[in-house]
Amino acid sequence: MNFQTPLARARGLGSARQGSHDWWQQRVTAVALVPLSLWLAIHLSKLPSTTYVEVLQWMSLPWNTILLLSFIFLSLYHAMLGLQVVIEDYVHNDWMKIIGMLGVRLVTAFLALSTAFSVLRIVFVESHG
Amino acid sequence: MADFNLPENSKVKPGKVWAAPVGAKRIKRIEVYRYDPESGENPRLDVFHIDLDRCAPMVLDALLLIKNEIDPKLAFRRSCREGVCGSCSMNIDGHNTLACTKAMDDCSEVIRIYPLPHLPVVKDLVPDMTHFYAQYASIKPWIVTQTPPPADRERLQSKEERSKLDGLVECILCASCSTSCPSYWWNGDRYLGPAVLLQSYRWIADSRDETTGERLDELEDPFKLYRCHTIMNCTDTCPKGLNPAKAIAEIKKLLVERQK
Repeated sequence: MNFQTPLARARGLGSARQGSHDWWQQRVTAVALVPLSLWLAIHLSKLPSTTYVEVLQWMSLPWNTILLLSFIFLSLYHAMLGLQVVIEDYVHNDWMKIIGMLGVRLVTAFLALSTAFSVLRIVFVESHG
Repeated sequence: MADFNLPENSKVKPGKVWAAPVGAKRIKRIEVYRYDPESGENPRLDVFHIDLDRCAPMVLDALLLIKNEIDPKLAFRRSCREGVCGSCSMNIDGHNTLACTKAMDDCSEVIRIYPLPHLPVVKDLVPDMTHFYAQYASIKPWIVTQTPPPADRERLQSKEERSKLDGLVECILCASCSTSCPSYWWNGDRYLGPAVLLQSYRWIADSRDETTGERLDELEDPFKLYRCHTIMNCTDTCPKGLNPAKAIAEIKKLLVERQK
């Protein structure tokens, strides 16, 4: 039996005093990704008519390297925040929620590190080889 | 996980068909959700045919005609019959609205009437609003001050300050918005929902209240506030033409603003 009053149930554990940061970061990264995605899409569309060496040279230009790394970190951070919201929305089992949250953070962190490593390797090793 | 299918005992079965009255010329077919918890049976959809020449124009008038002349067991809430009390909110033609202000002329050929979505059903079109009202009570919907009121008058408010409450005080707490919100369906136990958040903003925006910060503190929570994903069903369905989504956005703006 649950003799809690409806008000006690509605109040629950109270306010977590957080959430604004994630919400704001999601908006900021979304806005930043608009020009970045356009820039990347334009360059990806040119790939079929570009040679391997030309791509290496393009990636090695400092601006392109910086923008590529920005796209990687911002898009994966944005994806992490978005997936976190999906889990909060739909997963109500405590264990699955914890595993889901940890999984999303670990996977996006791994993807961010490995893609950034790939870009840096191409820029600093392959293009000089 | 969120439930996307109705449980077996909630699936709506075809119900009783009540024939049109003899001699009726303009007949309207109305399908009404029926559920009686004491019967132990599944909910059903009863079909009524009413004579429009013997019925006033609103959906509530049709329900009253059904209750008075066809099936007195039909249960629904109503009181003011003019869009002020918020009692007769229900799902008509797939939209949450007030039966008393919804004209049958504005409905489809067959009018389908269900209780407000995703609330426990007490009987027929009567949902259990206990949690909704408890959530409303939880935001302290009254003025909170430390400064005592002036001895010789009420607490003053300028016209500009009062104008900030326009579009907020008109809310009649019919719950049409909250029960149209998918986020409230999935997380209604913790998410306050558009109606309660609009009411909360009504007190945040009130120049006479002295606890704006505490009110914002209470709302700053991933579930109480941030389950709102600007789906806008609330604004789309509000029978009073209010904009709960905007009120929620204003709360989010204030929460960001106070960190700058």
